[in-house]
Amino acid sequence: MHDKTLTELARSLAAGEFSSRELTQHLLGRTERLDATLNSFITTTPEQALASADAADTARSKGEAGPLSGLPLAYKDLLCTQGVRTTAGSRMLDNFIAPYNATVVEKLAESGTVSLGKTNLDEFAMGSTSETSHSGPTKNPWDLTAVPGGSSGGSAAAVAAGLVPAAIGTDTGGSIRQPAAFCGITGLKPTYGRVSRYGIIAYASSLDQAGPMARTAEDCALLLSAMAGHDPRDSTCVARGVPDYCAELDAPLNGLKIGLPREYFGAGLDPRVEAAVREAISVYESLGASVHEVSLPHTHYAVPAYYVIAPAEASSNLSRYDGVRFGYRCDNPTDLIDLYKRTRAEGFGTEVKRRLLMGTHTLSEGFFDAYYKKAQQVRRLIRQDFLDAFEEVDVLMGPTTPTPAFDLGANMDPVSLYLQEVYTIPANLAGIPGISVPAGMAGKRPVGLQILSSHFTEARLLNIAHQFQQATDWHRQRPAFAEETL
Amino acid sequence: MALEHADVQRAAHLARLGLTDNEAAGYVDDLGRILEMVDKLQSLNTEGIAPLAHPLDATQRLRADEVTEKDQRDHFQHCAPAVADGLYLVPRVVE
Repeated sequence: MHDKTLTELARSLAAGEFSSRELTQHLLGRTERLDATLNSFITTTPEQALASADAADTARSKGEAGPLSGLPLAYKDLLCTQGVRTTAGSRMLDNFIAPYNATVVEKLAESGTVSLGKTNLDEFAMGSTSETSHSGPTKNPWDLTAVPGGSSGGSAAAVAAGLVPAAIGTDTGGSIRQPAAFCGITGLKPTYGRVSRYGIIAYASSLDQAGPMARTAEDCALLLSAMAGHDPRDSTCVARGVPDYCAELDAPLNGLKIGLPREYFGAGLDPRVEAAVREAISVYESLGASVHEVSLPHTHYAVPAYYVIAPAEASSNLSRYDGVRFGYRCDNPTDLIDLYKRTRAEGFGTEVKRRLLMGTHTLSEGFFDAYYKKAQQVRRLIRQDFLDAFEEVDVLMGPTTPTPAFDLGANMDPVSLYLQEVYTIPANLAGIPGISVPAGMAGKRPVGLQILSSHFTEARLLNIAHQFQQATDWHRQRPAFAEETL
Repeated sequence: MALEHADVQRAAHLARLGLTDNEAAGYVDDLGRILEMVDKLQSLNTEGIAPLAHPLDATQRLRADEVTEKDQRDHFQHCAPAVADGLYLVPRVVE
């Protein structure tokens, strides 16, 4: 059962091959046995999961099952889940039981899905290795000496290891696409505003977006159809109809114009990654697409602009952790300032503090224009690069990451690590959707192909990714770790 | 733009983040290198370019000024570190 895609599981449930309870029990058992090694979950919720599975089985017996009824999934521990611990991977929220559900959680629960629990992540989603979590690092199931990527590393590792067929992640600078690439799964970052951010613990509000992580583009389409849509509780969530993202999956790719940004194939790109990506692009040519070189001239300003904008927004968003209303509070504060300063000193980890200091500094008097305003101007230039490119081509393709997964504990310096996000960050700054699909291997570690398209064209993006998966079987490869017979 | 120890301590105070002198010294180093990377932005001419705050250039949506949420104070205070009589407790502010 754990080898099937979400779509295959939906068919099996509908055909009565097994019940949602049987499926849920099987996956919970695997998680109990395998996750001691992997550490992909922070919290599992077996009792609630079995209750939801039973409810889905009952609905099915009454003929009331929907397309997602009884399908198991997991949430990055950044999404609020009512009555369930929601930690953001931080000591600050180690004791936090969310009093309400994120809109995405609410929508997927209403669709009849079964949540198995909350997955590991970099603290407050700030990182690209999942090593900054207060709950300890997650391992990559393809190679236990590698990181799964981040920040949605727990979600990616759990799907890759066959602990859950799909998981929800969030992507501020690549946090869905990069771990999807490192773990050999499919991950979609929707257009900014496509999915509600309500109840998702904020990192950088003008960049954050939640999306599906699963084995296939088809599975992502199924989930996005249920996740997307207007939410009066998030003023940045657009009021725009939600298409059936599964409807166009089979459309042929004849005449598709693919742009290869020359800046995405330059220095720093691992030759094994480049070879896999170029091979994937030749598959598209065989499917009837044409390939054109394009330029996104401001690409190399994206990481610097992001590391002004994201920490600035974070420094504002994380001011709410004050030891007063929820979360961690230091012992015996002497006065209010001591309460704030010690609570935050003891509650936050090193990377979060680094970004809070960076954001506070660049927003402070005398520095604002040189940093924040400048970065926002550059952000417009980066978005314009994409708008210009999409006048010439339908989609852009390139590697999701310059290298395969890093070694666990490599302890890279912050700037080197930030620069690894060069191919994913521009899409967040521009607000466009992007997907990473498995496209090969570099030794034991997977390689991801990234596909980017213009605002609100997720249906086309999923169609293009799906057609690749009809022609290749990288998405069907499983790590030896997942095959373990336990 | 170079970063001094005092800049880090100033940011830490503004962010209400307790830092020892040793920790601050480590961040002077880190943030210095990050700012060096960020300074690449200064080489771009952005004169006349409007800052982009929202990727879709959307403006804040307004809604009717009506009460839409019910009072859930007790529910929300369940997760607070210290409350009494429906109020959040903090160290004494006024002597």
